[in-house]
Amino acid sequence: MMAELAFLFGVTRKLLGGLPLTIELVTLSVATGALLAVAMALARSASRIAAVLVSFYVFVFRGSPLLLQMFFIYYGLGQFAAVRDSFAWPALRDPTFCAILSLALNTAAYTSEILRGGLASVPSGAIEAGRAVGMSRVMLLRRVVLPLAIRQALPAYSNELIAMVKSTSLASIVTLMEVSGIAYALVSETYRAIEVLSCAGAIYLVLIVLLTRGVWLVETWLSPAGSRA
Amino acid sequence: MRFLRPLAAAILFAAPALAPAAALAKSYKHITIATEGAYAPYNMHAPDGKLIGFEIDLGNDLCARMKITCTWVAQDWDSMIPALNAGKFDAIMDGMSITPARLKVIAFSRNYSQSPTVFLVKKGGPLATMPDTGLAVSLDDKTAADKAFAAIKPILKGKTVGVQVATIQLNLLNKYLKDTVTIRSYKTTQEHDLDLAAGRIDAALASTAYFVSTLGRPGGNAFVEVGPRFTGGLLGQGTGVGMRKSDPELKAMFDKAINAAIKDGTIKKLSLKWFKVDISPAS
Repeated sequence: MMAELAFLFGVTRKLLGGLPLTIELVTLSVATGALLAVAMALARSASRIAAVLVSFYVFVFRGSPLLLQMFFIYYGLGQFAAVRDSFAWPALRDPTFCAILSLALNTAAYTSEILRGGLASVPSGAIEAGRAVGMSRVMLLRRVVLPLAIRQALPAYSNELIAMVKSTSLASIVTLMEVSGIAYALVSETYRAIEVLSCAGAIYLVLIVLLTRGVWLVETWLSPAGSRA
Repeated sequence: MRFLRPLAAAILFAAPALAPAAALAKSYKHITIATEGAYAPYNMHAPDGKLIGFEIDLGNDLCARMKITCTWVAQDWDSMIPALNAGKFDAIMDGMSITPARLKVIAFSRNYSQSPTVFLVKKGGPLATMPDTGLAVSLDDKTAADKAFAAIKPILKGKTVGVQVATIQLNLLNKYLKDTVTIRSYKTTQEHDLDLAAGRIDAALASTAYFVSTLGRPGGNAFVEVGPRFTGGLLGQGTGVGMRKSDPELKAMFDKAINAAIKDGTIKKLSLKWFKVDISPAS
């Protein structure tokens, strides 16, 4: 029993070594993805051509597995001499950059759809009311449209954030030793799959509980009464 | 909970009925062998999706000798041993080396091939002039091993070496070169070949029998094998058929069949067919 506990404790300690990388992958790709998504949502409403391009982008990145996207960006691009000789190679050579890039491009596609849903849900009455009291476009956006849209979109976006935490586990295919990468290596060293993967699962669970809690706080803050009944 | 009783009774009665069936399975009319299908030329997928390779030919030959039928399944390398012990299949033939660590969890047949471990680098690159190229070094001989690593450490300093995860080659890097090189571990050997071609790593470390396939592929002539040819020690005693420890009868059958296949030259013939070199073990 003591030996078992010591094993689990040792495994968890080794797995936690990958946690900083997992968190780095999530934060950088979510931040980049969110910026891209906002840009795309704005472009969509600005011009018809941009709208077509954005929906094509969403179609491609939502329609194919993230695993393949990551594989293409890392192993695929590296096979072309033109890419290896280009200015982008110092960045594309780096597995961390490739992983963040593919995670960000993927989440951007989903997030832009979530944003679109949020924007569409703002009642036209609210916008008209804003105009009626003489708000400018910017003020209307800041005081009426965005708070309503974001509050509507948050529950869906928190799902996307959770999915992103779990998606980082794919980064081990591009040689990154984040929590699951270390877990797989430990499984093949110790051949004790159930124990090791349970420890990894527990780490993700804690991470996601903290994340959900954070999003809930933001949701509460955005609600009119300051709290949800 | 009354309704559970008939169920419990049924299970109790069924248990002895099932036991003879399990005992019957021990006579091995039919087994399932797992391989990776991604470790050419040991085993690979043909363009039509069929499994082919040295181990497929050898396995079929061994099954014929043992007078049993065999089914092949493709299985990920990094979960192969847990899956074997979980009963998903009965044997592993996947270039798996017999090592003390693996012998703690599964049983192995006697070895059916033995191939040294070498570095693969780009021709004309900075590592192409690695010393001791072609020198056979047994890691069982500590002085020879220390001398060989002392010779190659200066040129490897600060370089990045790719290796497949959970292999004896990764163990070699961890034990002897951890402080000298940056180690990148890959899910498959093909992925480190891709990254060697892309220049993300400076060298790949694998068994020379595997590199036969890398060198034979289009673009393979850009690479060259360098450095000592390592065997023994933590590299194990060659590759064998992996089996559950609870199947000693099956192990005995495989041992007998492999001995016969070595004796009549079948393994040498298959080795020359797939590897172009003889990696059959001494009987």
